[in-house]
Amino acid sequence: MHMKLLSRVTADVKHTPSAHSTLDVLWVLYDRVLRITPETVDAPDRDRFLLSKGHGPAAYYAVLAAKGFIPEEWLDDMGGWNSPLGHHPDRVLIPGVEIGTGSLGHGLGLAVGTALGLRAQGFLDTRTFVLLGDAELDEGSNHEAIAYAAAIRLPITAIVIDNRSATHGWPGGIPVRFPNWSVSVVNGRDHDQIERALRVVSDRPHLVVASV
Amino acid sequence: MRETFIDTTTAILDEDPRTALVVADISAASFTAARRRHPDRVFNVGIREQLMAGVGGGLALTGMRPYLHSYAPFLIDRAYEQIKLDLGHQETGAVLVSIGASYDAAAEGYTHQSPGDVALLDTLDGWTVHVPGHRDEVAALLRAAARHDDRVYVRLSTQENAHAYPDAGGLRVLRRGGPLVVAVGPMLDPVLEATLGMDVTVAYTNTPRPLDTDGLRALVEGEVVVVEPYLAGTSAHPVGQALNGLPHRALHLGVGRAEVRRYGDWRDHARAHGLDPAGLRRSISGFLL
Repeated sequence: MHMKLLSRVTADVKHTPSAHSTLDVLWVLYDRVLRITPETVDAPDRDRFLLSKGHGPAAYYAVLAAKGFIPEEWLDDMGGWNSPLGHHPDRVLIPGVEIGTGSLGHGLGLAVGTALGLRAQGFLDTRTFVLLGDAELDEGSNHEAIAYAAAIRLPITAIVIDNRSATHGWPGGIPVRFPNWSVSVVNGRDHDQIERALRVVSDRPHLVVASV
Repeated sequence: MRETFIDTTTAILDEDPRTALVVADISAASFTAARRRHPDRVFNVGIREQLMAGVGGGLALTGMRPYLHSYAPFLIDRAYEQIKLDLGHQETGAVLVSIGASYDAAAEGYTHQSPGDVALLDTLDGWTVHVPGHRDEVAALLRAAARHDDRVYVRLSTQENAHAYPDAGGLRVLRRGGPLVVAVGPMLDPVLEATLGMDVTVAYTNTPRPLDTDGLRALVEGEVVVVEPYLAGTSAHPVGQALNGLPHRALHLGVGRAEVRRYGDWRDHARAHGLDPAGLRRSISGFLL
């Protein structure tokens, strides 16, 4: 279902690695993990998923359409004047999208604030997820959020899609850039592995590295 | 003004469970008691101003009302893109409260000074900018900002006027006479002294954004001088828009663009930028001749 929708959204744009690298993780999130439906997009205690890596959002749009958050027809005109779907997602235009992104390195800080706001309001069972790319980790702002989340043991889940696209790489691996986080490294195409990693809830932030 | 900010914000946090405070080490020690009472709503992220703005954006997305605070250059200049995207682009708001202003930190040097903060916010949509001229104007501005979700900047300074004018959101006329001189925030006292004996109207505001355009149109009769405690000409565009269609001459005074590579205190820098009474008198009388 979602593969067909993905071809629909990418039919007339270049197939970029970034459009497909996230597909399996996004599907597992929306199909198995997140407590959010088209009816609960404004519920204060809904789970939050923040797509930090706003690049290549075709897979995100396809999953949102498959799950009924947006009409499938929207997929045919991504980036068009009359389309709510841009080449980077805008929360103001798209139901179910939590943050508008595009410029890299903003989602993790917003996720920390979101999780703190939810906790302050007593939504202790609400989970906050944020998805980044390995190249996005180049942005220094991420490392401000990584260190602070660990210092206050904030139980957010960050997913890094690792398709080895960072220009200078991450010698020693991505997990060492997340000191004092718990870590799962999974095959980013294996839905059961992904689900198990996303279901980890601990007393500190959790990193899921999904290699594709 | 900094003490008033600390006392008032501490009280607001006690009274309104929707409010939160995020700091980045600056003034953190002054909020120790507030943090102890409200550990779930008072945060010190360390020396991480990008994160401070991001956390503010995230808190606002969940319905909280965040107050963020640091030195102006770290709060605004450094985190400009976070302010643009994590607040404005998300259609959320926050209350940004700065200290340091243009040259309070004179001896610290240019790294600790932000003459361009209001100009930077002028590139963005929807910001209300308060520049209180006296500590007793600060509390009401902070309290009003807790009651909505808009984007608010409160620019605190060491320099202040002898008297508070709490009702100076719009242009408040303090002296009636000829051509209009508008003084923003702590520029009021130097302007009053500079124009002693001159036939001018002096109006004061502590809220340059949105600018009181109706008040301006009513008061301008051909000539207007605007004196601002930040980058000279910051208000030239909104003043020009407000007076569109009215023949007028305008003089915009404020902090110069060129870096003053000297230390001293704020009085020395005010003098260097021509914002002391003597400098203002020279500029204003030269313009009105």
